[in-house]
Amino acid sequence: MQITVNGQTHDLVVKDNTLLIEVIREQLQLTGTHSGCDTTQCGCCTVLMDQVAVKSCTILARQAQGTSIQTIEGLAQHDHLHPVQEAFSEEHGLQCGYCTPGMIMSTVHLLQRYPAPTDEQIQEGLAGNICRCTGYVNIIKAVKSAAKKIQEAKA
Amino acid sequence: MNTFQYHLAGNTKSAKDAFQNHENAKFLSGGMTLLPSMKHGLIAPDHLVDVSRISDLQVLEETSEHLSIGAAIKHDTVAMSAVVQKAIPGLAYLAGQIGDPQVRARGTIGGSIANNDPAADYPAGVLALKAMIVTDQRIIPAEDFFTGLYSTALEDGEVITQVKFCKPLQSAYTKCKQMASGYALAGVFIAVFPQQEIRVAVTGVGSGVFRWPEAEQAFLNGQTKPELQRDDLMSDLHASSAYRVNMAQVLFHQAAQSIHHHSS
Repeated sequence: MQITVNGQTHDLVVKDNTLLIEVIREQLQLTGTHSGCDTTQCGCCTVLMDQVAVKSCTILARQAQGTSIQTIEGLAQHDHLHPVQEAFSEEHGLQCGYCTPGMIMSTVHLLQRYPAPTDEQIQEGLAGNICRCTGYVNIIKAVKSAAKKIQEAKA
Repeated sequence: MNTFQYHLAGNTKSAKDAFQNHENAKFLSGGMTLLPSMKHGLIAPDHLVDVSRISDLQVLEETSEHLSIGAAIKHDTVAMSAVVQKAIPGLAYLAGQIGDPQVRARGTIGGSIANNDPAADYPAGVLALKAMIVTDQRIIPAEDFFTGLYSTALEDGEVITQVKFCKPLQSAYTKCKQMASGYALAGVFIAVFPQQEIRVAVTGVGSGVFRWPEAEQAFLNGQTKPELQRDDLMSDLHASSAYRVNMAQVLFHQAAQSIHHHSS
């Protein structure tokens, strides 16, 4: 099957019961995407599929045939972190960091839809991502800061 | 997960053929319930027939009296659709309340109603809005479609192609979410049709979606706390049946108020 990940197209041989996250982590060795609960709840495995946030633990690799996937590794451009990555770092929107790749990918999608999100839009937009460390306060700060950065870069 | 063979269907006929030519096959749409159920070992199909890319199942169409939503249309698409928001605002709202953003990006209306989870949101909208479930073989009225816990009138190998909703004068959905899963501990959909036809459907409270005649009457005469008595009330670790009944009454009141508010 053919799949594009972070701009690079791959022809892969996969078993029918292989999950998308297994292709990403094991075949392509992109281990920034994490497997947390493996039951579609925690959102650690969130990637963008054709620019939409999805949970890669609950998609068969075959279902992703022909799509374009973006993982956390695909966000930084050359030596520059993506504004959402920068904001999570600056606002300390993480503690252990396990959920962070998923949080960041969901935030990227959220900010595409709502460039200046309200608190409610942020809470709803990240409802599929669970963090067991931070209490979410700094995560929400980071999303707002990222929104501002992206707006300013456009202005 | 068990091993199985994956088949990508290009059209409804090839989906049906793939299903019928293989033993122990299941249709796969968004996979938001099917794949976790397979991971848990609750079911172990030998063949999955993916219907999610069939173009006939992606059609969203509005006529003067109906709104048809293709079976493979995703919850997020329904929630964000300007057509749905205008034609049946309660239905767009309902779709936006399902699960979480990533689940809404994959899950489909056809998959949801074929699964008929007793705490799923869509069945409430489908039953209240007098929907017709269009399959490759026939048209099934919502009233006859949901036949009990995880059961529907669908025959083996029957493919839902679209859900055809009657456009109401007004509609509202209210829901009390189970915090972890986002499923409805209780959900109430009210649809108002011409000639004072009111339909109220409840999900999350019984062994499957049901209409609530006392609430339909209560809506018309302004009563706020209709009785709800059934012999199939759900009770589990998340909420007792008494709690669910009370929530249904509260949610009915809220939905009725939002409709009255919009019409005044």
